[in-house]
Amino acid sequence: MADNVTDYNERVPTVVVDDVHITYKVNGARTGKGSATSALSRIVSRRQTPGVREVHAVKGVSFAAYKGEAIGLIGSNGSGKSTLLKAIAGLLPATKGRVHTQGQPSLLGVNAALMSDLTGERNVVLGGLAMGMTRAQIRERYQGIVDFSGINEKGDFITLPMRTYSSGMGARLRFSIAAAKSHDVLLIDEALSTGDARFQRRSKERIKELRKEAGTVFLVSHSNKSITETCDRAIWLEAGTLRMDGPAHEVVAEYEKFTGKK
Amino acid sequence: MRPTLGVATIRFRPVGLRVPALPSKAIVVSQTTTPAAPADTPAGTPLPVYAPGELAALAARHGLTMSGARPTLGAYVRQLWGRRHFITAFATAKLTAQYSQAKLGQIWQIMTPLLNATVYYFIFGVLLNTKRNVEDFVPFLVTGVFIWTFTASSITAGTRAISGNLGLVRALHFPRASLPIALALQQLQQLLFSLGALVMILVGFGQFPRPSWLLAIPALFLQAVFNTGVSMVVARLAARTPDIAQLMPFILRTWMYASGVMWSVDTMLKGDRVPHFVMVMLECNPAAVFIDLMRFALIDSFGASHLPPHVWAIAGGWALVCGVGGFVYFWQAEERYGRG
Repeated sequence: MADNVTDYNERVPTVVVDDVHITYKVNGARTGKGSATSALSRIVSRRQTPGVREVHAVKGVSFAAYKGEAIGLIGSNGSGKSTLLKAIAGLLPATKGRVHTQGQPSLLGVNAALMSDLTGERNVVLGGLAMGMTRAQIRERYQGIVDFSGINEKGDFITLPMRTYSSGMGARLRFSIAAAKSHDVLLIDEALSTGDARFQRRSKERIKELRKEAGTVFLVSHSNKSITETCDRAIWLEAGTLRMDGPAHEVVAEYEKFTGKK
Repeated sequence: MRPTLGVATIRFRPVGLRVPALPSKAIVVSQTTTPAAPADTPAGTPLPVYAPGELAALAARHGLTMSGARPTLGAYVRQLWGRRHFITAFATAKLTAQYSQAKLGQIWQIMTPLLNATVYYFIFGVLLNTKRNVEDFVPFLVTGVFIWTFTASSITAGTRAISGNLGLVRALHFPRASLPIALALQQLQQLLFSLGALVMILVGFGQFPRPSWLLAIPALFLQAVFNTGVSMVVARLAARTPDIAQLMPFILRTWMYASGVMWSVDTMLKGDRVPHFVMVMLECNPAAVFIDLMRFALIDSFGASHLPPHVWAIAGGWALVCGVGGFVYFWQAEERYGRG
């Protein structure tokens, strides 16, 4: 946004993405035959595989995000949204440019299974401890986390191993654990789309609370409705470049026009 | 999306050239023909334009840190200390989850090492008759197998420390060294179960508790530090090259046979059958050192003459070098775990 200078100086930035380029190597794309022997000769000669392809996923994106903002990232599949989130979370290095953040951003993704052979209960405790909460804090918030996830609505599921959960249940528990702590920056990658309507409503409220606690929330979603309802600002990525950055409803409207045309 | 739209749209495509849908070459072309932003950029809000260095200055002014940068070694140790409860809880949880799918449950904690010892007893003790040369063969063998298993399973667990917990690594931020350390701790807890079985066997074969048993405590401590260090090295290697996990069983098996787990190195290689330096190398190899220290502590007939000179210094040296070295080596790749 940053529409005028005075406003710009008052707000406190939490994430600054400065001309970030991300290229990554894809290993599975090799074409040659005799994979094992060629792999061996490659290891011996320390040459780079011809089969390794570089994908330029994010091409020079710059923006600044401020305290208390909820930012929706939109764009068609493969436009670099998840890659950008990973870079902000510090899980993927930027090839060029820099990402500056306040504190440690937490990324909440669809595939982020915790420990599937452990019960939901243990996952709550371990997840909390891993995020740096104390045992006392976890005891205090445990019931809140379980209630929020709604895992126990249909019986005592929290004492079952997480591998027995449906994908929606797993995603709900993961979100609940991550949302139990206030984050400076919370990145949510389509994690809410698997939950049912009731859970989605609850999580939208929780996102609002997290924003009030002076955090910044990024949300990747293919549901334009949930972007406009949850976010006040939206960033539209297309083929790795920033296409539009502004108030959520305006950007979503343009995006809908764009996708509708095809 | 395209197929559902049918023929009419396809006819339009050459006209409605859309920049993002095209490969990168085409973008270059379109930018040379239509300068600056592509023609179909939404008209409403213009993109904010930042002067070079403006964003970096903004970040610096508000004290933002670089995302994904590796903490200093001191800060890393402090972070790790902050997660000590996570490490212990993780180890305990993994230990109890390990046999949760088996019908006999936690009984396998003791059954597995006992069955291992039985197998080795039949093959090496009875069939190959190694026991002829060794006094108190059963306590000798069982101690060897249990202590070896502690090192071997810590290292095997290390190969899966990152790759087996990718979900956790990608979802939450915590010092990654927590994982190999927790897994090594899990193996230590498991060893304590085995030691319970070991005491029963020792007593059953006429080895009764005596003061020298207390030497087992420093020996196990040094071994645990050594194991953790090696497991961190392996964790980093296997995180980058998963093939290490496939190779590890073979390395471990070779190492096991060279460490005198089920035969006595100095009795078997007595005389001039192997050069002296090979003998010294076999005796100073960390697994053999830790195994022999435990035998020395627990078995009457296993006297100091079976130990290499300066054995405690060797054990301490291995623990220090591998413990500290492994930790630093693991830390050096901290920002790269779980990427890609």
